[in-house]
Amino acid sequence: MPVEPSATAGAGKTASSRTMISVDRVTKSFGSGNHLVTALDDVSVKIRENEFFTLLGPSGCGKTTLLRLIAGFELPTSGQILLDGEEIGHLPPYKRPVNTVFQNYALFPHMTVAQNIGFGLEMQGKPKADVDKTVQKMLAMVRMEHLAGRRTDQLSGGQQQRVALARALAPHPKVLLLDEPLSALDLKLRKEMQIELKRLQSETGITFVFVTHDQEEALTMSDRIAVMDTGHILQVGDPKEIYDRPARRFVADFIGDINILNAEMTAVKGDVGEVKLASGATITARLSSASVQPGSVSIAIRPENVGLCGVEDAARTAIGTIENAVYFGSGTNTHIALDGGGTIVARNSGETGAPGERVGVILPDRHLQVLID
Amino acid sequence: MADTTAPLPAAAKRRRPMADLKKQPGFNQIAWGCIFILYAPIIVLIAFSFNDNRSVVLWTEFSFRWYVEAFGNEGIRKATIVSLEVAAVATVFSTIFATMAALATTRTQPFKGQTLAYAIINQPLMIPEIVTAVSTLAFFSLIKQLTGVNGIGYLMLAHTVFCIPFAYMPIRARLEDMNLTMEQAAADLYAPPLQVFRRVTLPLLMPGIVAGAMLAFVVSLDDVIITLLVAGPGETTLPIYILGQIRRGITPEINAVSTLLLGLSIAFVTLFFLLGRRRK
Ligand SMILES: Nc1ncnc2c1ncn2[C@@H]1O[C@H](COP(=O)(O)OP(=O)(O)OP(=O)(O)O)[C@@H](O)[C@H]1O
Ligand SMILES: [Mg+2]
Repeated sequence: MPVEPSATAGAGKTASSRTMISVDRVTKSFGSGNHLVTALDDVSVKIRENEFFTLLGPSGCGKTTLLRLIAGFELPTSGQILLDGEEIGHLPPYKRPVNTVFQNYALFPHMTVAQNIGFGLEMQGKPKADVDKTVQKMLAMVRMEHLAGRRTDQLSGGQQQRVALARALAPHPKVLLLDEPLSALDLKLRKEMQIELKRLQSETGITFVFVTHDQEEALTMSDRIAVMDTGHILQVGDPKEIYDRPARRFVADFIGDINILNAEMTAVKGDVGEVKLASGATITARLSSASVQPGSVSIAIRPENVGLCGVEDAARTAIGTIENAVYFGSGTNTHIALDGGGTIVARNSGETGAPGERVGVILPDRHLQVLID
Repeated sequence: MADTTAPLPAAAKRRRPMADLKKQPGFNQIAWGCIFILYAPIIVLIAFSFNDNRSVVLWTEFSFRWYVEAFGNEGIRKATIVSLEVAAVATVFSTIFATMAALATTRTQPFKGQTLAYAIINQPLMIPEIVTAVSTLAFFSLIKQLTGVNGIGYLMLAHTVFCIPFAYMPIRARLEDMNLTMEQAAADLYAPPLQVFRRVTLPLLMPGIVAGAMLAFVVSLDDVIITLLVAGPGETTLPIYILGQIRRGITPEINAVSTLLLGLSIAFVTLFFLLGRRRK
């Protein structure tokens, strides 16, 4: 079901290709009978050592459930979860070398910042001197040395966030799970913490599994992204792949702006297809999966990849009439009604025509993608 | 645009505040009447406990005379000690059992018959106390006859049992609004279940437990009906002693003891509320 990323994936500098977590055909259902909810449906994914891996998807798609299964707060209905080659799916949370940063931080209100950070190490039975040393190191790492003795309910949101991170990182887990850790912060703090998180990940070399429903956050932070919808992982790939080569209509729609055109695929040649547009032009577009069959298909192209030219220009793929042009600061979105049906948006920084004007539209083959629904 | 403004008058009507109850005719009079009936007797009781006179209707002069006499009264001293002993034992055990019951009904998977469990735990609150008292008396007599064992233990046991639901309520309330993620965070940080309980659940639950214990203590201290039937000779508690004395006429000495009992209860209830407020 999931589309395996191509061999060139793994843009992250630090990520190795060794598998850290392997989720193998995991299904998780809640309730029974009429109230049966399948939160995860036969999900498989491999997360590599040292990578910043993001689970991205709309609300209710099962991101938290997958994280809780890895942490051990839920047990899978079926399937296996392997951590570093060992099956852990049925171990209780306290026996898994995996730590979590909770969305509401869940700091212990009856302990100081330092006691919070030391808790995991203490429970692991580390000698007091070691605990203290690591706590100092962690405090320095998240720049909270001056607040070591504070009670956690006297901290700001951003500070609580840092303590939660330090607490989860202190026992040096194999994997750190983060469930929308930034969603409670305001925009400015959020940007700061995004950078902070990336820094912590590369400094510690720990595998991060990060949950968000913010596509921009996912694209800027991740080594690889898994896009989820209603209990399925639809596509796994590095941000560029997910953005440039969405495999499915859902992924294309969910991430950024994209044009989707109906067309007729006439032939398949290796990993490209010959596609006849409604305008009559024939183009070649990359296939997102080998399972795409000739017939009516959807093809996708990002607005910034759509070129405009004169009506007589030989390079044009199609011709249309400008409906309107919307200026948005760094560029203009030109909405064009194509001859033969369909509309397309072109984004460029230069001049575009006025409404009613006829233009040529260039759809470069390398930016066209045939989607599966 | 135009049609969004149209329904506004209707919405405005709905938003108009409800008629203010405090402005209804007679509201103030009734409220003050209730407060008067509630507190006037208590104020009279307190006032006359400081009256330097045997009469409980004629005021002469302020004095601590009745307090001194109360402290000197062997009967009152003994009854106070019995009351405190019984209340202490009942508080400790009922709080332990209530804590266990509260954990069992909030920190486990929902189980079949959970509602029934609530009902059973809260039973002493719903059954008329006199029924509990009579049945306990009969039951204890049977046991005494079978075993030949006597003693104050029976009274302590009876108090423990009826204190459980009172201790249970604040503990369960506290557990219910305690975030489960706190305990999950501890488990996530390698704490096995027992450590989670000791290091996280218990400290966070403490205000609830203290509140429950104080409520149990006050309830035990004040109990009359069950104590009256279950207590054996030499097991007279303070309320029972007061009751006995009053049959022979009200004395200012009793006023003084009642005032002290009241003071103790108020102190505990105030602490209970303060603890309850601090958890927010
Ligand atoms: N304990 C539970 N009992 C019943 N249903 C549950 C439970 N936990 C999750 N679900 C259901 O499973 C589905 C996935 O939930 P999940 O919390 O994993 O979504 P999510 O992707 O994290 O969403 P969000 O972005 O809103 O946090 C939802 O339909 C949810 O209602
Ligand atoms: Mg979630």
